[in-house]
Amino acid sequence: MMDREYKRIILLDHYNNPNNKKLIEDKRYKSVHNASESCIDDLTVYMLAEDGIIKDLVFSGIGCTISTASTDIMCDLLKGKSFEEARTILNNYENMVSEKPFDEDVLEEANAFDTLYQQANRIKCGTIGIHAIEELIDEYTE
Amino acid sequence: MFDVNKVRNDFPMIRNNKDLIYFDSGATSFKPDRVIKAIMDYYTLYNSNIHRGDYDISISVSKTYDDTRKTIARFINADDPRCIVFSSGSTASLNLVAYNFGRNFLKECDVILTSQVEHASNILPWFKAREEAKANIEYIPLNPDATFDLKKYEECFKDKNIKVVVLPYVSNVMGYIYPIKEITRIAHEHGALVSIDGAQGVPHVKIDVKDLDVDFLSFSSHKMLGPAGAGVLYGKYELLEKMEPMMYGGDSNARFYNDGTIILKNVPEKFESGTPCIEGVLGMNEAAKYLMELGMENVEEYGRYLTRYFIDRLKNLDNVEIYNPESEAGIVAFNLKGIFAQDAASYFNKCGVALRSGNHCAKLLQNVINVTETLRATFNVYNTTEEIDRFVDIIKDTTIEKCVDSIL
Repeated sequence: MMDREYKRIILLDHYNNPNNKKLIEDKRYKSVHNASESCIDDLTVYMLAEDGIIKDLVFSGIGCTISTASTDIMCDLLKGKSFEEARTILNNYENMVSEKPFDEDVLEEANAFDTLYQQANRIKCGTIGIHAIEELIDEYTE
Repeated sequence: MFDVNKVRNDFPMIRNNKDLIYFDSGATSFKPDRVIKAIMDYYTLYNSNIHRGDYDISISVSKTYDDTRKTIARFINADDPRCIVFSSGSTASLNLVAYNFGRNFLKECDVILTSQVEHASNILPWFKAREEAKANIEYIPLNPDATFDLKKYEECFKDKNIKVVVLPYVSNVMGYIYPIKEITRIAHEHGALVSIDGAQGVPHVKIDVKDLDVDFLSFSSHKMLGPAGAGVLYGKYELLEKMEPMMYGGDSNARFYNDGTIILKNVPEKFESGTPCIEGVLGMNEAAKYLMELGMENVEEYGRYLTRYFIDRLKNLDNVEIYNPESEAGIVAFNLKGIFAQDAASYFNKCGVALRSGNHCAKLLQNVINVTETLRATFNVYNTTEEIDRFVDIIKDTTIEKCVDSIL
């Protein structure tokens, strides 16, 4: 378990200085736009993959601390991973935010969201970018 | 002026939630006891359908239902209760108007003149009407703070075939009371009709449809202390007569025949197919009476007072940006500097303050005020300056760290 202060530092760092927030116009990237119906979060995630490996993963758009930080952390985590490894991480994340058993070892900084399940109205913020990433993997593997 | 403590005591939501500060009445208002009692009485004392039974309880509920038209007519100062059409709410009323313009009142290249402050319910139906009639939509240029400039508005009529002007009485994000009387006069001078979204205006401002001379006014019960599921379309009788219903079915028809001929009832019944939300209409009846007893002048004045009080207190804070400092009708749009609106709203929830964040269904407004999301505090007759003081103390000490902590 991370302590609260450490979690706060991780979240604010990824919100204020996201590593992976940029607009992509490179046609080789696939993109998925995901906008929340009930709030303002409006993100587009871009993925470049080759031979079943995620080469690059970035996002653009408008989001709150939770949607921005969760998407940025996941981009960090999944870059360089195979689709299979990525799916394992994503499934564990989904389990974590729905209060099901999960493997914290694979989630690294994403463990900062281990109490998000307690905030029913914010779970959608913590999954908006994640769902876009899942959709991108589905598109690549279809 | 009414005694706000006495008013608060009329609302079970206030009595039962001593620590809650509810600043989201713009989304839906609390209901006083007498509204809830009207609904309970209907289900416990004279549950029956309207306009169908030859027995006492049905006759009695039909009478109260029909008398509600008189109450609502009095509430907005309409002469003729037949001009009060019951609907499921503002959205249904606004759709009924736009639908008729699209099918019957507009021709190719006619212009629908509206603005970018519109709530989705007062713009999407017009997108469909435009499509149906092959008409055009034009937006009135507003000032950068989304206030209304009558001169710029009047200029819109130059060389344009404007057939209808579509505006809110009060913007649901900005809280400005638009000068509807002048807007209507100018529209009529140019041969255009006027349809007003009264969802945020009717609950807070004294409305006189005769004086305003608007052609249509739509509003919801649930924002004016009544139950959800009921609302009103006020329309001028001769226009309502020319309109067709969006739905057909029981109660709205007089006769129908094998060959498909339908003879509809008269206005307003022809628009009211199927068993309506009877409890909603009966509750709305009591809500309108309650507001009239408080006096809509007083409701309006108190709303203006709370709005002014909150804005003046916010102006003293360095960490707040206000988007509608001239707001009048119980709506304040603002942000905490450097904090995303939803992060702040979630933190305020932890502190016992309920308010809304986001774009408030007015998704074109960002083109005018250049802000994608705001916090929105909305007040009603049961809110107090003490609540505002408590909230301002919370805002003063709000940091992004506290907001993030609230989810950790």
